[in-house]
Amino acid sequence: MIQTPTPNVRVVTFKIDDRDFSAREDETIIQVAWENGIRVPSLCYLEGLSVWGACRLCVVEIVGSPRLVSSCSTRVAEGMEIRTDSERLQAYRRMILELLFSERNHVCSVCVSNGHCELQNLAQQCGMDHVRVPYRNKVYQVDSSHDLFRVDHNRCVLCSRCIRVCDEIEGAHTWDSKGRGIDTQVITDLNRPWGESDSCTGCGKCVQVCPTGALVQQGTSVGEMHKDRKFLPYLSRMRDAQ
Amino acid sequence: MHIDELNELAEQIRTQHQSCQHCVRVCMAASCQSSGADDVLKRLEDAAPEGDQVQVKSVGCMGLCSAGPLVEVRSRGDDQPIMYQHVESQDAEEIMGSLGDSVVQRLECPTSIPFFQRQQKIVLENSGIIDPEDIEDYIAADGYSALVEALTESSPAEVLNEVNLSGLRGRGGGGYPTGLKWSTVAKMPATQKYVICNADEGDPGAFMDRAVLESDPHRILEGMALAAYAVGANRGYIYVRAEYPLAIDRLKKSIRQATRKGLLGANVCDTPFSFDIEVRLGAGAFVCGEETALMQSVEGERGQPRPRPPYPAELGLWGFPTLINNVETYANIAPIVRNGGEWFASIGTERSKGTKVFALAGRIHNTGLIEVPMGVPLREIVEEIGGGVPDGRRFKAVQTGGPSGGCLPAEQMDLPVDYDSLREVGSIMGSGGMIVMDETSSMVDVARYFMEFCMTESCGKCVPCRVGTYQMHELLTKIAAGKGTSADLALLEELCEVVQMTSLCGLGQTAPNPVVSTLQYFRHEYEEKLIRDEFVDMEQQTEEMEAVS
Ligand SMILES: Cc1cc2nc3c(=O)[nH]c(=O)nc-3n(C[C@H](O)[C@H](O)[C@H](O)COP(=O)(O)O)c2cc1C
Ligand code: SF4
Repeated sequence: MIQTPTPNVRVVTFKIDDRDFSAREDETIIQVAWENGIRVPSLCYLEGLSVWGACRLCVVEIVGSPRLVSSCSTRVAEGMEIRTDSERLQAYRRMILELLFSERNHVCSVCVSNGHCELQNLAQQCGMDHVRVPYRNKVYQVDSSHDLFRVDHNRCVLCSRCIRVCDEIEGAHTWDSKGRGIDTQVITDLNRPWGESDSCTGCGKCVQVCPTGALVQQGTSVGEMHKDRKFLPYLSRMRDAQ
Repeated sequence: MHIDELNELAEQIRTQHQSCQHCVRVCMAASCQSSGADDVLKRLEDAAPEGDQVQVKSVGCMGLCSAGPLVEVRSRGDDQPIMYQHVESQDAEEIMGSLGDSVVQRLECPTSIPFFQRQQKIVLENSGIIDPEDIEDYIAADGYSALVEALTESSPAEVLNEVNLSGLRGRGGGGYPTGLKWSTVAKMPATQKYVICNADEGDPGAFMDRAVLESDPHRILEGMALAAYAVGANRGYIYVRAEYPLAIDRLKKSIRQATRKGLLGANVCDTPFSFDIEVRLGAGAFVCGEETALMQSVEGERGQPRPRPPYPAELGLWGFPTLINNVETYANIAPIVRNGGEWFASIGTERSKGTKVFALAGRIHNTGLIEVPMGVPLREIVEEIGGGVPDGRRFKAVQTGGPSGGCLPAEQMDLPVDYDSLREVGSIMGSGGMIVMDETSSMVDVARYFMEFCMTESCGKCVPCRVGTYQMHELLTKIAAGKGTSADLALLEELCEVVQMTSLCGLGQTAPNPVVSTLQYFRHEYEEKLIRDEFVDMEQQTEEMEAVS
C-alpha cells in the first residue's frame, strides 16, 4: 500500500547524511538511499515485496524527531534531514544482529549458505564480531520432506520474505506463521510437512528470497547454496505494468 | 425521534420509577457476581413484597469491589442511600424487613469515607445506578439526549468543535488529543469510513473498561454514534476481548435495544445519518489492543502491528479512514456534547482535562474502581481514597500504566496524576491500572513479572521485541536468583535502550519501562542481588592503590 505510486506525485528535496537529494514523494527512504549507494542495512525488506518493517535494522534518525523510523516504511518528505549511520544507530544494529544470532543456530561454518548469506554479510558490514547475549540453544526440526527443497528452522530469522513472496508473487500462500513471540515459526500449509503441501507449486521463489540458509535446495552442501533473485524485480515490474 | 419526544419519554420513565418507595440496587458487575451477587439478587426479589412499593434492580459496578457483593437501598425522601457490603443471600429477608424504618447495621458500608466522597464521576456517573440491560433506565438518566439533539440540531462540525474544546485526550494509554484525531478522520475525503471502539483491555490488573461496558453499555454506543456523525462514518466495530462474556452480552443486548428504538441503524431519528455497530471478539492477545494489530484482527488476519504512518486515520480498516478510540474515551463523549466542551475543560489540569478512572489493586485497603479529576496527587489516591497500605506495613511503590508503565517511590507521592507529570518521572498514565506495593515486594521481581508478560505477549514480528524481551527476561531471572553480575546489569540496561528505541510497536517500545523505572528509583535492590564481581573488585583496588601512590 505504501509503495503504490499515485498520480500527481510531487518531487521533494531532502538530505541523507548531509547530502542533498530529490525524489518522488511516494518513495521511501530506503529506496532513495539504496539507489544512491547508501547501504542502509536491512533483512526483511526486499524490493518487489510488500513492506514488512520487522527486522528494524533499517531504522534511521530524522533530525528534530526523538523517535527512530524504519526507512523501508517511511516516505521521504520535503526538508527532511535523515541520518543513517550515527554511532548510536550502529550500536543498535549490532545489538539487533546479536539478538538474531542468539535466537537460533547460526553456525556459519557448517551452513550451506556460508559465504552467500545476508545475515552473515550484515554482521560483517555492521561490525558485529561477537555475541554478548547468551545463546538460546533451542533445537528445531529440519523438514526435508519436499522433493526439491528443505527448510531448516534453526537458520530462520523470521523475515517473512517466504510468506510474502509465496502470497504476493506466486499466489499460492503456502507459507504462514504459527505461535507468537519467541515461539513464532514459519509453517507450510496448516503446519503440515512441506512435502505433503497441497498448495505448494514447487516454484522455489521462497528459497531464492530467503536471506539465510533456512530455505535451501536439496542436495546442497556447506557453502554451496547460491540464491538468485533476478526474477523478483522483473515479475513485480511486469505486474505493475499490467 | 425528536429531542422533545425523547425528553418526554425520559420524563415518563422517571415518573414511573418514582412511584416506588424503595429502590434496592444489587451490583451485578463481574466482580460482585463472582462473589455471589446472583443469589443475593434472587433472594431479594423473592423477599420483596408484592406490588410496586419496592423495586429490586440489578445495576453495574459500585466501585468498592473488595467489599462485594454490594447492595444499595435508596428510599424516597431520603437523600442519602444506604450501602451494604459483603451481603449474602441469607441477609435478604433482613434487608427487606428493615426497609423504611431501620438499617441493618452489621452489613452497613459507610459511604462517608473518602473512597466515596473524593470521587468525581463523569464516566461512571450511571454506573451502579441504572440497570445496564434496560435502555429506558439509560434514557431516564438523560441518555441519548446528546445524540438526538446533535443529529437534529447541530452539524458534524459543531459536535467536533465541542470535542476539540473539551481538551479530551485518549484514555487508551497514549493520551493523544481526541479532537485532533477526529478532525483528521473527518477531513479525509473517502466515502467509506469506520469507527472502532477498542475494548481489548489487556493490561494485567486493569478492569476500568470492563466496568464501563458492563455497567453502562449504552453510553459507549452513544459516544460511538456521535463520533461517527462527527467524522462521517456509517459503520462501527467494538473489539472486545472474549474473556468479558458479560460485557459482550450486554453490548449485544444494548445494540438490539437501541436499534429497535431507532437510535442506531438506518436513518437514525429520521435523519440521513445511518450507523450500524457490530461486536467483534478478540482471542486474548494483548498486542491486539494495539490499533494496527486490532484492525488486522477485525479483518480476519493474524493480529500483528504494522509500521505507522500511515495512521488508521488515513489508512485503516480495509484501507479506509478509521477512527479508533478507547472505551473510556467514548464514555466521555455524550457528557461533553450534552454539557459542552468548556464544561469538561474546566475539570482537571492545564493539559489533562476531565477525570480518569483507575483500577486500584495490590496492597491497599480499598481495592476497586475509582474516578477522580485529573491532577489529584498520588498520595490522595493511595492514602485517602485507597485507605492506605493494610496490616501496618510500609508503602513502597505504586505502579501505573501496567506493563508499559513504571514504579513510583514514596518521594513521588505528591505528584499530580496527569499525562505529562507521570511521563516526566518515568511512568505513564496508561489505561488506568494502579498497583500499590508494600515493603515486602521486591522491585526486581516486579520488573521481571512485567517483562515475562511482555515476552509472552510479544507478537514475534520484530527482532528487538521478540528476542530482546526474551533476553531481558533471562537476565532479570538471573539477577533475581542472585546469580547476575555487574556485566549482566550493564547488558540489561543496554538492551532496554535498544528495545525501546527500535521496536516496531508500542508493546516493544514500552516493554523496558518497568525495568528502567525500577532501576531509576530502586537501583540498590538490583545491585544488592549481584554476585560480587572479583574482577571488578580487583580493578577497583588497583585504581584505589594508584590513587594512593
Ligand atoms: C501493546 C498495546 C496494547 C494496547 N492495548 C490497548 C487496549 O487494550 N485498549 C485501548 O483502548 N488501547 C490500547 N492500546 C492503545 C491503542 O493502540 C490506541 O492508541 C488506542 O486505542 C487509541 O484510543 P484513544 O486515543 O482513545 O486512547 C494499546 C497499545 C499497544 C501498543
Ligand atoms: S514490538 Fe513486539 S508486539 Fe510490537 S510488532 Fe514488534 S514483536 Fe510485535
